[in-house]
Amino acid sequence: MTDITLTEPSALTARADSARKAGAGDTRFRITAFAAAMMVLLIFMGVIFALVSGAMPAFKAFGFGFFTTEAWRPSREIFGALGPIYGTLVSSAIAMVIAVPVGIGVAIFLTELCPRVLRRPIGIAIELLAGIPSIIYGIWGLFIFAPWFQLHVQEPVILATEGVPVLGTLFGGNAYGIGIFTAGLILSIMILPFISAVTRDVLETVPGVLKEASYGLGSTQWEVMWKVALPYARTGVVGGAMLALGRALGETMAVTFVIGNAHRIEPSLFAPGTSISAAIANEFTEATTELYTASLIELGLILFFITFIVLSCAQMMLRRMEKASGK
Amino acid sequence: MAATRTIGNRALYLRRRMANTIFITLSLSAAIFGLIWLGFILETLLSNGIAALGPHLFTEATPPPGEEGGLSNAIVGSLIMTIGAVVIGTPIGIYAGTYLAEYARYGRLSFVVRFVNDILLSAPSIVLGLFIYELVVRPMGHFSAIAGTLALAVIVIPVVVRTTENMLLLVPNGLREAAAALGAPQSFVIKLVTWKAAQAGMITGVLLAVARISGETAPLLFTALGNNSMSTDVTGPMASLPAVIFQFALSPYEDWHDLAWAGALLVTGTVLTLSIIARLLEKKQRN
Repeated sequence: MTDITLTEPSALTARADSARKAGAGDTRFRITAFAAAMMVLLIFMGVIFALVSGAMPAFKAFGFGFFTTEAWRPSREIFGALGPIYGTLVSSAIAMVIAVPVGIGVAIFLTELCPRVLRRPIGIAIELLAGIPSIIYGIWGLFIFAPWFQLHVQEPVILATEGVPVLGTLFGGNAYGIGIFTAGLILSIMILPFISAVTRDVLETVPGVLKEASYGLGSTQWEVMWKVALPYARTGVVGGAMLALGRALGETMAVTFVIGNAHRIEPSLFAPGTSISAAIANEFTEATTELYTASLIELGLILFFITFIVLSCAQMMLRRMEKASGK
Repeated sequence: MAATRTIGNRALYLRRRMANTIFITLSLSAAIFGLIWLGFILETLLSNGIAALGPHLFTEATPPPGEEGGLSNAIVGSLIMTIGAVVIGTPIGIYAGTYLAEYARYGRLSFVVRFVNDILLSAPSIVLGLFIYELVVRPMGHFSAIAGTLALAVIVIPVVVRTTENMLLLVPNGLREAAAALGAPQSFVIKLVTWKAAQAGMITGVLLAVARISGETAPLLFTALGNNSMSTDVTGPMASLPAVIFQFALSPYEDWHDLAWAGALLVTGTVLTLSIIARLLEKKQRN
């Protein structure tokens, strides 16, 4: 024993050395990881700070009147956000009205009705399509969809609703092809795969026992879905829909191509309009004056604020769903 | 009495059967409706894109209207900025995801970071572009590829953080405990054991991030701007495929439209290939 302690001191110090080195490396690694996590927070705060400071000149010039002014006249330095805000909200609303029921329908089809062989390929196809860049939807919307829509939908609808109260106003005016309604339709096609994918994932967490019990009591497929599966998955479905709403609100390229870029609010849904993101994308590089740039940045701040609220709600709902399903 | 009850039941039964048939039809038509649109988009993309495809796309720069040309400057620009964004964003994302999964899984701070990260993940990319404009372009005084790269990196980070954390959470704790019991310091456990175990999944995250930024247009419009000739100078404006598609598609020139379609096909092909590889890798990770 004594021999060993006598002959090993160098080995011991070497070991202590390497342990110390490893310890130092350990701390360094930990600090790097922590710093990276802080970086995420820093970016988030940086975004808010940059937008607020960039928007300051516009806020000083227009105050809260910015939110209630429709006029947007760069040549006279008058800027109001009402037109873009209206376009953003209305086009997203149109998209949601179409995409939510259809998306849920697709998800139900995939989880319950689709033959097993087709289930995976269709599921994969939908997930891949959710990843197609939005500029592709934009270019397709501009060249293919808008002309078709103008000829085969807008013109007959405008003729049919002419003179009818409410509908005549909502679908009045000229058939331009592009406009707020077209933007809403393109958006709905864009967020459809997204809603389907999330809803399908949530529906798959419904315990089989629940459905089997319901079938055992003699329920039809519709009753099992409507009264058992969907209520069980409700929080997740709503969360997924809100996530999609966040996408629709902030979507830029698909909308910019087809919304028409007109800063005005018209009663007709077919009329050209603009959205917050489209206004920024179209005009930012042309904005020559300080106030013009600042107004566009303030629009960005408004968009960030709206999507932040929507996305926060979505996250809270999806988290609750995850907890409930015991993940 | 008994007879009326049977009739009542039969009516109810018929009604329920009918509701069920209607529901199945609706849900089936929803699926067909969705797939038809998406098929329609891919079909036009393929037919217009393939017609405009050719070797000149890769050898010639974007032309003035009415002349022959390709997309080489945009392809090179996209490659430079995408690679730059991945090089900057990936380490930050992986370390941040590691912090969330390995060091402070249940911490209060981690909760905040996770929340903020998920917001950034779905935040409008045009707003992130405005952020980089204020941070880089305005102080520099001009548009530059550096700004474009940073804007894309800001999009890469949350994607990588999310997948890294998710994949590390899949690694069984027994592995970590075994390594720690052998005396490995925590950083060794992470680097040599959990990262190794989650490797495929973490690569998935990076691929998904590349797929995401390959098609990003909005944040590039006022950071990297665009450039009509070949440029590899990262301090100046640089062309990118999505920005060229945007500019050319909105122009009135027929031959520019063709180039826009060719670019759209290239971008979509890249994105779809990357997503498919990512899916295969993720499947491997989960098994």
